[in-house]
Amino acid sequence: MLRLDKVSKIYRVGAFGGKALLAVNKVSFEVHKGQVVSLIGESGSGKSTIGKMILRLLKPSEGKITYNGEDIGGFEGEALKNYYRQVQGVFQDPFSSYNPIFKADRIFRVVHEEFFPQVSAAEWGERVEKALSSVGLNPAHVLNKYPHQLSGGQLQRFLIARALLLNISFLVADEIISMLDASTRIDVLNLLADLKAYGLSILFITHDLSLAYYISEQAVILYKGNVAEQGAVEKIFNNPLHPYTRMLMESVPRLDRKWEKGVRLVDRDVENLRTGCPYYQRCPVAEPRCALSQPPLVEVEQDHWVACVHYESGADVLKPPALAG
Amino acid sequence: MKKRSEVLYFTLRNKKLLIGSGIILIFLILALIGPSFTQYKPLDYASPRGAEPPSAKFWMGTTFFGQDVFSQFVNGLRATFVVGLLGGGLGTLVGMLIGFTAGYRGGIVDEILNAFTNIVLVIPTLAVLLIIAAYLQVRSLMMECLFIGLTAWPWAARAIRAQTFSLRTRDFVDLAKLSGMKPLRIIRDEIAPNMMSYLVLVFILQFGGAILTAATLDFIGLGPTNTISLGLMMQYAVLWGALPFGMWWWFVPPGLAITAIVGALYSMNVGLDEIFNPKLREI
Amino acid sequence: MGLKVENLTVYYQTLRGDVRALEHASFQLADGEIMGLAGESGCGKPPLGHSLIVLFPPMKYIAGRVEVDGEEIPIWDAEGMNTYRFRKISLIPQYAMNAMNPIRKIGKMIGELLEARGVDYKDMLPELKRRLDLVSLPHEVLNMYPIELSGGMKQRMVMVISSLLNPSLLIADEITSALDVATQKAVAEMLVEFRERQFINNLIVITHDISILYQIADSILIMYAGVLAEKAPTKSIIESPRHPYTRLLISSLPEVGVRFAEKRLMGIPGNPPLLLNPPAGCRFRERCPLAYERCLEEPPFIEVDKDHFVACWKEYENHAQAR
Repeated sequence: MLRLDKVSKIYRVGAFGGKALLAVNKVSFEVHKGQVVSLIGESGSGKSTIGKMILRLLKPSEGKITYNGEDIGGFEGEALKNYYRQVQGVFQDPFSSYNPIFKADRIFRVVHEEFFPQVSAAEWGERVEKALSSVGLNPAHVLNKYPHQLSGGQLQRFLIARALLLNISFLVADEIISMLDASTRIDVLNLLADLKAYGLSILFITHDLSLAYYISEQAVILYKGNVAEQGAVEKIFNNPLHPYTRMLMESVPRLDRKWEKGVRLVDRDVENLRTGCPYYQRCPVAEPRCALSQPPLVEVEQDHWVACVHYESGADVLKPPALAG
Repeated sequence: MKKRSEVLYFTLRNKKLLIGSGIILIFLILALIGPSFTQYKPLDYASPRGAEPPSAKFWMGTTFFGQDVFSQFVNGLRATFVVGLLGGGLGTLVGMLIGFTAGYRGGIVDEILNAFTNIVLVIPTLAVLLIIAAYLQVRSLMMECLFIGLTAWPWAARAIRAQTFSLRTRDFVDLAKLSGMKPLRIIRDEIAPNMMSYLVLVFILQFGGAILTAATLDFIGLGPTNTISLGLMMQYAVLWGALPFGMWWWFVPPGLAITAIVGALYSMNVGLDEIFNPKLREI
Repeated sequence: MGLKVENLTVYYQTLRGDVRALEHASFQLADGEIMGLAGESGCGKPPLGHSLIVLFPPMKYIAGRVEVDGEEIPIWDAEGMNTYRFRKISLIPQYAMNAMNPIRKIGKMIGELLEARGVDYKDMLPELKRRLDLVSLPHEVLNMYPIELSGGMKQRMVMVISSLLNPSLLIADEITSALDVATQKAVAEMLVEFRERQFINNLIVITHDISILYQIADSILIMYAGVLAEKAPTKSIIESPRHPYTRLLISSLPEVGVRFAEKRLMGIPGNPPLLLNPPAGCRFRERCPLAYERCLEEPPFIEVDKDHFVACWKEYENHAQAR
């Protein structure tokens, strides 16, 4: 349905754009109908950049994004509007998503004006109420209010309701629950999962492994714009192979397991490292050859891809090198 | 609703704003209705006896030539407000046009507009005006407004550009794009309303700046040739020896009025800033 | 001796009246105890944390007393607190990364800070260097400007500065939330190390992330809507919470290994009450599945088990029956 094919984003930074910053490097994955794919990474991993490229808020520097086989870069005017009828986004900060000086339900009016001018106001009102009910909000309680009068969870549901009004088939959910309170975030997450059951495809962008595991089938682990590991969620979580993924699994605070002591933090001096593995700087099991060339993404078992020299042959799957000690 | 009443609350409590706008209002009323209290035209030679101190007949005395100072003063006030409104308004408009475009578009458009802004910023306005004055025999008030408006916008453009730059990265602008809104509509409906308080401040500062520039131009003899203004009054007063002859009634009122108006505008500016910016509120 | 807080009440003053951000907070920390302070936004974490350091407007001291090592701390007196800040009680602020003056070299800044406390920089220098080693910062940072440090480095620098005078109590306010997981773990473990080495006696870690507390805290205090709900050893809070709010909160947290398809987690319906005019009685009443008539009165915060405090009438009655 939605497919990224070796998509890169390069920013020009510094005076006269002399320096190139590789925010996203040749990332490819596909999201099928009714599927949730998690894009997992820390800040600076390029995960939000990918979301914005899919939403056409940024242009890829290289590579192609196709939606149902069509290159989305070519959409202009009506075609772009038609794309937005099907593909929408919800962002991290619910308060920043609303213009603070207008009432929150203005987002529905904008959708009405831009996409459904032929629908009468009365009918539109009914549609809005229906959409609000389906995201678990009581229209009487939340309509006609300013953003600061609503809670973060309510505002995020508003945005999901807005997407539902458009009858979308693909949603980019960029860290949408990271700023919500613990007691309400699970409800928003469940809402996404319910929508998925109706055939909605979701790109779930997150830094939280447990959330990704809870909701998605497929995962892509990003490090500094590069895919470290990707494939079926169970395979990655039950058998993480890339040293970065394993470090993540190890360091993420969990309620069912205490941190292991004595894991070394590595910080190699890699100034001006242009070639080599992107994780070379912090990798505890790096070898000299890791500094020379970037390892390709290899399928080590069915639907489980890793970009690390230790698995190039695909043979060491059952015995990853020890990180500690 | 709550927010609006809060702004009102702080507005009514802010002395700087109240005093500033009070002074402006008094002068504005004087400029509007003042001319109907005098039968003399500002440039008519009303008194055959030349310079006279204030009297019942000539409330503010007469000039060296016997012109009615009160009539000159209230008509000059009008000119001052016109310059502020049109000159400052034009400066604000051009600044908005360039600032919004550069800030929203970014990239190469921004760089070109930025370079242009910097060029206008460093052009020596006075030199340009001297050249223009040399070519034009008759200069009108409108010409002066146009000139001030077209030279005063750069810093307004810069300020608006910076604000737009920070607003356009906000999620609600992205969301507007996802709703298929056109750039012009996004600037008008999403970005500009958020900067309304800021735009008001820009306009007030441009207004005051235009008045001050006009007074300077008038005073050094580069002002309009076919009308009266507060700056021109001061120029004539100095030119015809009002200072050595002690004709205080000729030069004190225009000088005081310009100082008071510009001062009041800046006081309003500071007051409004305190109202719009909660961090500056004095509780 | 540790920290002792009694009946601490702090309001926020607004135009529309007092926001009752923290009421009747009473608890104690044993020597060396690391306590986590958790709860949702608006639950009263910041007022509790900050009132122990500096009460700036619109926060207003209403009532209560605080003792550190048996000495009463005048938290209502901003001037008088100067003697205690850094020496007795110190804070690592939430946006520590931006807390440093960008145009001062770090060494110079520390010098000025120490001078204001009547301590000589030269005397402290050897100890300062030892502590930099401990958090793996090179000594050169003292000659650098804050802007030259990465986020994680700044965070560690502020940790060293805040604890340099060996305060009895250190408060860490959401200091890990902006860091990536590897740095997060390192910073959290360093805090524990500070306690092990007795740079500090007590540590209060304020966070919304309970799983971090599970890793490093000895006890956890759960707050809800400006009042204390439950305080207990970490293991008890996670494994056998007593307050209905804590129970619902813990059960709503997704863990690695839980999948939607297999187990649907539940949130807590409803929203926390507005603290401008909070409902009388138990503040969790309206969202509580167990609420009954008695909850119209405010439940006392009592010890129902050893070191296990709960403010809930159900628990109160169970406890009374058991005795």
